[in-house]
Amino acid sequence: MSNLLNVSPSPHVHGKETTRKLMLGVVIALIPALAASIYFFGWGAIIVTITAVLSCVLFEYLIQRFLLKKAITITDGSAVVTGLLLAFNLPSNFPVLLVILGSLVAIGVAKMTFGGLGNNPFNPALVGRVFMLISFPVQMTTWPVPSGFSTGYADAVTGATPLAVIKAGIKGGEQVSALMDQVPSHMQLFYGYMGGSMGEIAAAALLIGFAYMLIRKIITWHIPVSVIGSFLIFTTILWLAAPEKNADPLFHLLTGGILLGAIYMATDYVTSPMNPKAMIIYGCGIGIITVVIRVFGAYPEGVSFAILIMNAFVPLMNTYIKPKRFGEEVKNG
Amino acid sequence: MLKTFPAGGVHPPENKMTANAPIQSLTLPEQVVIPVSQHIGAPATVIVNKGDTVRAGQIIATSKGFVSSNIHSSVSGKVSKIDMITDTTGYKQTAVFIDVSGDEWVDTINRSEEIIRDVDLTPEEITGKCLDAGIVGLGGATFPSHVKLTVPSGKKCEVLIINGVECEPYLTADHRLMLERGEEVLIGVTILMKALRVERAFIGIESNKPDAIAHLAKLASGFRGITIHGLKVKYPQGAEKQLIKALIKREVPSGRLPLDVGTVVHNVGTAFAVYEAVQKNKPLFERVVTVTGKALSSPGNFLVRTGTPVSRLIAAAGGMPENTGKIVAGGPMMGKAINNTEVPVVKGMSGLLLLPVEESGRAGSEPCIRCAKCVSACPLGLEPYLLMTLAELGLYERAETERITDCMECGSCSYTCPATRPLLDYIRLGKGIVIKMARERNLK
Repeated sequence: MSNLLNVSPSPHVHGKETTRKLMLGVVIALIPALAASIYFFGWGAIIVTITAVLSCVLFEYLIQRFLLKKAITITDGSAVVTGLLLAFNLPSNFPVLLVILGSLVAIGVAKMTFGGLGNNPFNPALVGRVFMLISFPVQMTTWPVPSGFSTGYADAVTGATPLAVIKAGIKGGEQVSALMDQVPSHMQLFYGYMGGSMGEIAAAALLIGFAYMLIRKIITWHIPVSVIGSFLIFTTILWLAAPEKNADPLFHLLTGGILLGAIYMATDYVTSPMNPKAMIIYGCGIGIITVVIRVFGAYPEGVSFAILIMNAFVPLMNTYIKPKRFGEEVKNG
Repeated sequence: MLKTFPAGGVHPPENKMTANAPIQSLTLPEQVVIPVSQHIGAPATVIVNKGDTVRAGQIIATSKGFVSSNIHSSVSGKVSKIDMITDTTGYKQTAVFIDVSGDEWVDTINRSEEIIRDVDLTPEEITGKCLDAGIVGLGGATFPSHVKLTVPSGKKCEVLIINGVECEPYLTADHRLMLERGEEVLIGVTILMKALRVERAFIGIESNKPDAIAHLAKLASGFRGITIHGLKVKYPQGAEKQLIKALIKREVPSGRLPLDVGTVVHNVGTAFAVYEAVQKNKPLFERVVTVTGKALSSPGNFLVRTGTPVSRLIAAAGGMPENTGKIVAGGPMMGKAINNTEVPVVKGMSGLLLLPVEESGRAGSEPCIRCAKCVSACPLGLEPYLLMTLAELGLYERAETERITDCMECGSCSYTCPATRPLLDYIRLGKGIVIKMARERNLK
């Protein structure tokens, strides 16, 4: 016999799924939303996205190469996903230098400090976003009005997001029914015709990506469904209790970052729980905290904070919430 | 909706390319090497000496204790030596070397082709015959069958489950047996029912074998109490606990036996061996082995005597392909890679899989991205990522409370891991140490 035989232990076949394929799948799922964003925001969307993705990948490379002196893992695609999601969480006219700073915080502080992929407790893109929101509140809340390529990157017409309009109006004592005339219709909201972070606006496009990720088995339904479910239940209760003081649940769902957050940010593998039971509790926590911040808090939108808060509970949940062991109930019975 | 077990599992490519290859008898080799431990439990004690003449079916090693099994010669000839060999597991053990001459069987074996349906033995007599004939579970675990037929007092078997699932990719030995020897299999099931004093038997077969389901369902109408159940294709459905859950919706608790939920599981191959032992007085010394691999020129299913070197099987399937990188005894999910082709065929060998070099290595281990795919894949509801880390760090007490010993080593976690982490390798290591720890604790 000429060749030596390999005698590794079982299993001798592998499922062909790889980290890179999963990350590529997320990127593919984000393409419809990116296309919608470019359609509504023109050059701004393109410039912010390219800057964020390139700087995230570059910072990961530089840190691994010169600081950690470890193997370079930028080809796994996780930095690309972080960059894309960071861009999706920024206004489309956000200054390029600040995008680069946000990427440094996302990759450098939130990811590599903890040991790189798989070790970070908080969602890197959201840490980047929240850092920007606190440090540069003016730039982070200057939202261009959708106008496609008709205006340039720097001179976009800006306006408030529908959520901010409603929040300010209710605070000023106006009736919700009157405020609804000042914001786009529900159908327009569904397609994404509104001001907001560049990736969060187009509900239809985000849902297409969701379907793709479910079919490709990149994520399971548990987190998105529990986030959206608890969110809808809570907003419905508030709406039914005081319809003139609270926007309707559908309005809440179609505005702000709830869909982007529920489908793409809360489901981040590294920072979400490891079993279905814990995933549902985690998802409900995000949904409820989001509504609390939106309705009772200082910010018009609270998805980012809600996800980061629940991220902090994930290690605890993984320790104390266990999947159903086979043969368990029989043993106890 | 087809039945299946609810939690976990994976669906590897089936690759059942020998499903239409009829069982062929392999010609006898010049020499057979018969290990004395082809079963779970104590190795048998050799009772022949160098120079003895033996016939096929003659006992050459007797069972030692209750959980053990008799070993029979598979050929006629002369014992040339008794020596240590490396078996499929890679460990050394004693084996009897027999130089083959002719093919004489012991006189008590009924070699006719006729099918004998009537069974007029008591349960004790049936169990005794299984013990004499060295019948062990042929699904791969090789647990001595007479032990499983002995129901301890206070326990009751309500239904017999027959495992015709064959969920391992590539393997088709049980499939062919059900198609070609269906009637004998069903008589074997009837005998097992009689031994266990049960009225009902469920045969579970995955739906990727529609011909076997149809064939046995047709034959089963002539047998009392036997029903055939098609199952959704999902690995590891052939695992005892998963099959019980799929068929009768009961969960065998951790560390307990199927009998604790009122059932006993036997493989279809075992049912056939029981038929031959009880109706034909034929001890277990040959079995069907699937010899397969994408590069083999004529893969097939072979009826082969135990002790035959696997090189003979490979030759019969067209010879070893140039780029073979790994030879697996069993299926690709749970089989063992062997390190040479002189390893003998044993009772528990259901297949021989030749993998090309490019499929025999492993991709490097990457960081865990905590995708939870291993948790969803685990059919026992364990957390493989956690068990691996605990084993890696040597936190064995914690691993024990996380029920590492429940792991049946099906490999679904390693199969599904996108970061190709060696999950099962570490879990197996940790499990071994935890079992040893528990044993030492019990001795104190």
